[in-house]
Amino acid sequence: MHPRLKALAAAALTLGFLPGLAKAELVVEITQGAEAALPIAVAEFGDDGDAPPEDIATIIRNNLLRSGQFDPLPQEEFIDNPTRSDDVRYENWRALGVDNLVVGETRRDGDNFQVRFELLDVFTGDRMLGRSFRVQPGSLRAVAHVISDSIHEELLDRPGAFNTMVAYVAINESGEEREFELIVADADGHDPQSILTSSEPLLSPAWAPDRERLAYVSFEGRRSEIFVQNIRTGERDNIASFRGLNSAPAWSPEGNTLAVTLSKDGQTDIYALDVETGSTTQITNHYSIDTEAAWSPDGESIYFTSDRAGNPNIFRADADGGNVERITYEGTYNASPDISPDGEQLAMVHRTDDGFRIAVQDLNRDRFRVVSEGPHDESPSFAPNGALLVYATRQDGVGVLGTASMYGEARHIMATEGRTLREPAWSPQ
Amino acid sequence: MMHSKRFAPWLLAAAFALVLAGCATPGEDEERVEDQDDELTEEEMAALDEEERRAAEARAARERGALEGEALEAALEDPDSPISERTVYFAFDSSDIRDDDMAILEAHGEFLSDHPNQQVTIEGHTDERGAREYNLALGERRAESVKRILVLSGASEDQLEVVSYGEENPVASGSDEEAYQQNRRAELVY
Repeated sequence: MHPRLKALAAAALTLGFLPGLAKAELVVEITQGAEAALPIAVAEFGDDGDAPPEDIATIIRNNLLRSGQFDPLPQEEFIDNPTRSDDVRYENWRALGVDNLVVGETRRDGDNFQVRFELLDVFTGDRMLGRSFRVQPGSLRAVAHVISDSIHEELLDRPGAFNTMVAYVAINESGEEREFELIVADADGHDPQSILTSSEPLLSPAWAPDRERLAYVSFEGRRSEIFVQNIRTGERDNIASFRGLNSAPAWSPEGNTLAVTLSKDGQTDIYALDVETGSTTQITNHYSIDTEAAWSPDGESIYFTSDRAGNPNIFRADADGGNVERITYEGTYNASPDISPDGEQLAMVHRTDDGFRIAVQDLNRDRFRVVSEGPHDESPSFAPNGALLVYATRQDGVGVLGTASMYGEARHIMATEGRTLREPAWSPQ
Repeated sequence: MMHSKRFAPWLLAAAFALVLAGCATPGEDEERVEDQDDELTEEEMAALDEEERRAAEARAARERGALEGEALEAALEDPDSPISERTVYFAFDSSDIRDDDMAILEAHGEFLSDHPNQQVTIEGHTDERGAREYNLALGERRAESVKRILVLSGASEDQLEVVSYGEENPVASGSDEEAYQQNRRAELVY
């Protein structure tokens, strides 16, 4: 091991900042390697002897790996560990087969940390990016995500979605007792914050475009009702408790309307609910089940699940309910639509001979592909850059959250020890 | 079935007469019934009167309102009671009532007709497979199917409340067809 690395490892052990030690809730695990991903190396960040409480290089490496578009070189294979471009011996990195190298270091600055990083082209020796940040210790993870985003954007010409959040429901079970928790966590699963607990089921969290509010369904009144909660203040309103179903909230892109599923008038239909006034306008009108609305990014249409053709399938309608058309024809069961931020990809729960899996249909080219392994997968939700989607799956019988890349075949598991996770919803950017 | 309890003694006697008469013609039945009626002993008449009186009392009690407390508990638990069976089951993604379950629901409809102030909640449930929100709607549709049969069998809409739990409240854990089958259900909660 390189002396510098030895020193780093020693510091890490002494200070207990090895990833997974400080916050042990989550395990990121690779279930399938990436194909055609960019080979990159992220060197350990140096420090001035005052090590920061987060391992920035590891956070960046995990982010890039999870995106499915990068293949970060394991540290064990490093020949040396430079922390500035001036110290880089490019032939070493070329020999290791990487195209790009990230180097960086931190420096204590009073109560804050200075974080500096550079993105290098290993073949030309060019410095593609170089930035520094001055932040409080609590924002070091956010800085690592911002760095990941800028690497992603520089190398792929597409924005990353690393500095975003995921909402989901966690269930604690002990004997007959169940406790449901609504959780908001960083998009890499770290720093999970519980924003609501209930002894009755919670489901369908949906982010408002402002990223400040969540709509969700709660059974606390012994039936389904829709609430909107401010995730910072905790303030919450019951905004739909009509007779019958109150479910499947989805914010319009403007954030003033929720598409919701109601059965107050006898049929299970989708309605537009004005968040301010509480007034409802019927969108779909059919005696079969219409539910699980998802808005197109331009707000001009909704996609929804309906069994009007016999089995559940995805349909599209204008936002006022006109021009209904069937979108899915694969198999016998397609439900839970989610639309990518560019409006071109439709993710859904798709029944196969091997159970329920996540599938993605290209709306322009009618390409249909299954992206998860099943057999109990549900609740797909696109990242705001459309490159990944998160979904609920199972590992050893326990509900976990999985991610699948839209580029390549990478799939990862985000697990929380000892309890079931489900109903993930990726936040807006 | 019609419950014209005012004529119960007459009907009982008629049934008795039919048994005695064997394959009599309808015309002859009527006469025989009358004959037989005349031949009932004082004791038999008293027993029938007593039965009539009890039935009338029970009817009056029922008409006063819902069964409560122990009386309801007894009706729910007595295996001979028409409302002892309170769960019906469904096929995957279906809300069709199975033929076998129709009699159960008709019995509940009649019971509710006889107890017009009795309230019942119909809970719709699904198995864990597929989309959670779609299942919430499917559970509702199952409960509505049950409600329709209850209303056709004499229950009033005012007595019935429908609630769907979708896949949220399974009775059987596990991810096999046996568990799924038990979870695809509608429950009548008195």
